[in-house]
Amino acid sequence: MKKQSKILNWLEERFDLSGINKFIDKKVVPVHKYHFWYGIGGIAMFLFVVQAVTGILLLLYYRPSADNAFESVEFIMTSVRFGWLIRSIHSWGANLMIFVLFVHMFSTFFMKAYRKPRELTWISGVILLVLSLAFGFSGYLLPWNKLAYFATKVGTEMASLVPFVGKEILIFLRGGEDVTGATLTRFFGFHVALLPAITMIFLGIHLLFIQAQGMSVPPSIEEEYKKNPKSIKFFPDFLLRDAVGWLVVLGLLGILAALFPWELGEKADPFASAPQGIKPEWFFVFLFETLKYVPPKILIFEGEVLAILAIALGVVFWMLVPFFDKRAQLNKPSPLFTAIGVTLVLYIIIMTAVSYLFS
Amino acid sequence: MKEEPEQTTRRNFIGWGLITSLAAFLGMLFYPIVRFIIPPTVAESSQNSVVAAKVNELQPNSAKIFPFANKPAILIRLASGEYRALTAVCTHLQCTVQYRSDFNAIWCACHNAKFDVNGAVISGPPPAPLDTFEVNMSGDDIIVSKRA
Ligand code: HEM
Ligand code: FES
Repeated sequence: MKKQSKILNWLEERFDLSGINKFIDKKVVPVHKYHFWYGIGGIAMFLFVVQAVTGILLLLYYRPSADNAFESVEFIMTSVRFGWLIRSIHSWGANLMIFVLFVHMFSTFFMKAYRKPRELTWISGVILLVLSLAFGFSGYLLPWNKLAYFATKVGTEMASLVPFVGKEILIFLRGGEDVTGATLTRFFGFHVALLPAITMIFLGIHLLFIQAQGMSVPPSIEEEYKKNPKSIKFFPDFLLRDAVGWLVVLGLLGILAALFPWELGEKADPFASAPQGIKPEWFFVFLFETLKYVPPKILIFEGEVLAILAIALGVVFWMLVPFFDKRAQLNKPSPLFTAIGVTLVLYIIIMTAVSYLFS
Repeated sequence: MKEEPEQTTRRNFIGWGLITSLAAFLGMLFYPIVRFIIPPTVAESSQNSVVAAKVNELQPNSAKIFPFANKPAILIRLASGEYRALTAVCTHLQCTVQYRSDFNAIWCACHNAKFDVNGAVISGPPPAPLDTFEVNMSGDDIIVSKRA
């Protein structure tokens, strides 16, 4: 209180900062053998900031139309100083962010952090992952190259498999019957305005819940932890540790961008044959591969329609896991849900590997 | 709990009025927005025929993609010299197909489907054959038209 800066004094004379001060003073993070995993969410948040900064920079040169998009990205890559760097960081950052989000989600899942009272934190997290996948899907089309054009065509066509309203969803997504310049304009709007706005809201909620409730200690080590509780202050100790992680990630992004600048490919041509090797982005590949094994007809239903419905149900189940996992809610071990999580991780890894290795 | 149906009627009535006018207001607000989001249907192109290529443009056993009524179509010159024209939009998930001279058939790269030159599915996931068009010569032009 005594050795405080003039600015803080000035502010304190005008606003009541005691609440914030107390909060900063009291907030701690538990230290135990799984402490490391508390940092992953922060890395995801850091990557989101990187995406926002590089995305806004790209906006200075990017032009969202079928005639100009490809050329404008080419211009960014070849003529704009450090354009290759900014674009490659945005692309690598997008992929890294989604990877980190998966790690974050599964680490909180296995630590059963979704137990009471954190059910809503879990739900807001799943929504944030879905929003990030939408970011990836919409951003993929923006350079308007051949691979992205056909991947978007196939990807949006999936929407038409939804019973009853499939056609309407398809037209809403594409801005018409086909993937055209209208789709590009729409995806651009989703990517730079709608999704950022919605994501900010859910990110705000997610962070608010976390600040209000503090970090949970996994049930498997709770007994042990209570005997010998150790913790560090969030501010500045934990934040500084986090910052080291962020610096490492930033370095990694720089290295990836410099060594493997993101490719641009060939300009999309709606009147050219589809090239070989069309694949969605890697984080959709396990779903894409799943669809390949679904028989065309299951009883009287179309196989693909059933598969889409099953996937949607799976997402809803995953989102509501805190309410299904009754044993974890009572602080008892719940091996069934651990097994479900392990199965899902293995399924994702195996299906992705199969797709890249064998097709 | 005491039942006071008479006493709350007035309050209920006002509450009900408030809710319906709120609903009406929201409807008014969102109706134009929702209508705006759904793109207007552009008139289906009424193009019934197109000059797809010139005579001698295509070697036997080759093909080209050409735009027909805003969608890709494919013109194939068979090894025998005959022509075939079909829609190039795969019936599976709408990728654009191509002609493969190495096995004299139409191929979709997206999920490895094959069609014969008359559009019938040989293998792969497509649920239906490709639609075919009529091919006619007029002087130097090869004209493709929709079947009547
Ligand atoms: C406020 C945030 C963001 C803005 C303003 C923004 C803006 C842009 C712009 C203008 C492009 C087109 C240029 C290009 O293709 O390189 C782009 C591409 C892309 N964005 Fe974003 N973006 C944002 C956030 C995100 C996030 C959070 C993700 C994913 C998690 C993401 C994923 C992508 C992807 C995958 C591309 C395509 C990259 C490529 O192939 O070049 N973006 N973004
Ligand atoms: S889109 Fe042609 S086979 Fe799937």
